[in-house]
Amino acid sequence: MKRASIFLGILFLAAAGFTQGYQVGDVAGDFRLKNVDGKYVSMSDYPDAKGFIVIFSCNHCPYVVAYEDRMIALHQEYAAKGFPVIAINANDPEVQPQDSYELMQERAREKGFPFPYVFDEGQKVLPLYGATRTPHVFLLERVGDELKVAYIGAIDDNYQDASQVKEKYLANAIEALIKGKRPEPDFTRAIGCTIKKKS
Amino acid sequence: MTKKILLGFSLVVSLLTMINKVYAVDGRAIRKVSFDEFEPRLHLENDTIYVVNFWATWCAPCVREIPVFETIQEQYKDQKVKVLLVSLDFPNQLESRVIPFVDRMGMKSEVVLLDDTDSNRWIPLVSEEWTGAIPATVIFARGFRGFYEQEFHLEELESIIKPLLN
Repeated sequence: MKRASIFLGILFLAAAGFTQGYQVGDVAGDFRLKNVDGKYVSMSDYPDAKGFIVIFSCNHCPYVVAYEDRMIALHQEYAAKGFPVIAINANDPEVQPQDSYELMQERAREKGFPFPYVFDEGQKVLPLYGATRTPHVFLLERVGDELKVAYIGAIDDNYQDASQVKEKYLANAIEALIKGKRPEPDFTRAIGCTIKKKS
Repeated sequence: MTKKILLGFSLVVSLLTMINKVYAVDGRAIRKVSFDEFEPRLHLENDTIYVVNFWATWCAPCVREIPVFETIQEQYKDQKVKVLLVSLDFPNQLESRVIPFVDRMGMKSEVVLLDDTDSNRWIPLVSEEWTGAIPATVIFARGFRGFYEQEFHLEELESIIKPLLN
């Protein structure tokens, strides 16, 4: 009986941890997800990367659309410095039909994404990271053999107008890592579209 | 005397700014507010139950639950329940999108548009629990405060509000 309740307790804690997702300092797991070109992408495919800009994204969300050009610019600037963008669509297309794999391909073509735009089919990666909205950024840095979460949050402080941005949270965080410093802040919040799950 | 003129002048100026922030199409008016202007409405202390919902016209689950809030506002209109719908639509779409939407849905609840890009500052001031995803709802009354980052169904919302009515 006692053993059963301890087991249940552990199960509960595991479930709680599971829904919460990663926090800054946690080790991030790799994934193998299908890109818009049909090939599968893992972070282990990039042995030279110093880290990754993992962005939970989608097709339909106006906040994402407002940031797509900035996502492209971030990749263009930071992939060469060791921090490529990987965008993940984790929305369930049965709940949000505009976020299907086929429409991801269409959007990637339209915008000419220079980074992988991969599909988390069946929402297997989403609960590990604990992303709740799009866009939701997880900046990872390589520490030895591991990838650690260095920053979680927004790209910057103005979704409406890139020219009015005062704080480039994500770019500043990457610059800090490049200089061997800790990002400050390492966690920000922003309004975004809920990542759609089956209820 | 000079003081009075100055006071009158500043009153006119502030009235003008207020008018400037109210957008109306076909008689339906919606106010654009900054977070600082809006924040006191999250901390009213009286005998009313406040239901403050953050939504946007482009957010499918938000649009789905709008009738739930409308029903609540209608159902409890004789009791002290106040629904406030805070749109997070793009401010430049207030007249082209938000007001027509509100009209089309025949929405009776009060709607304001929160025009404040520095959401990292104000999200935790709404609730420390809020990740920033919408829909999100704050329900508060004397001695009660709840935050919900979810889509509501009527029964669930009623089950929160009913006990607060007594």
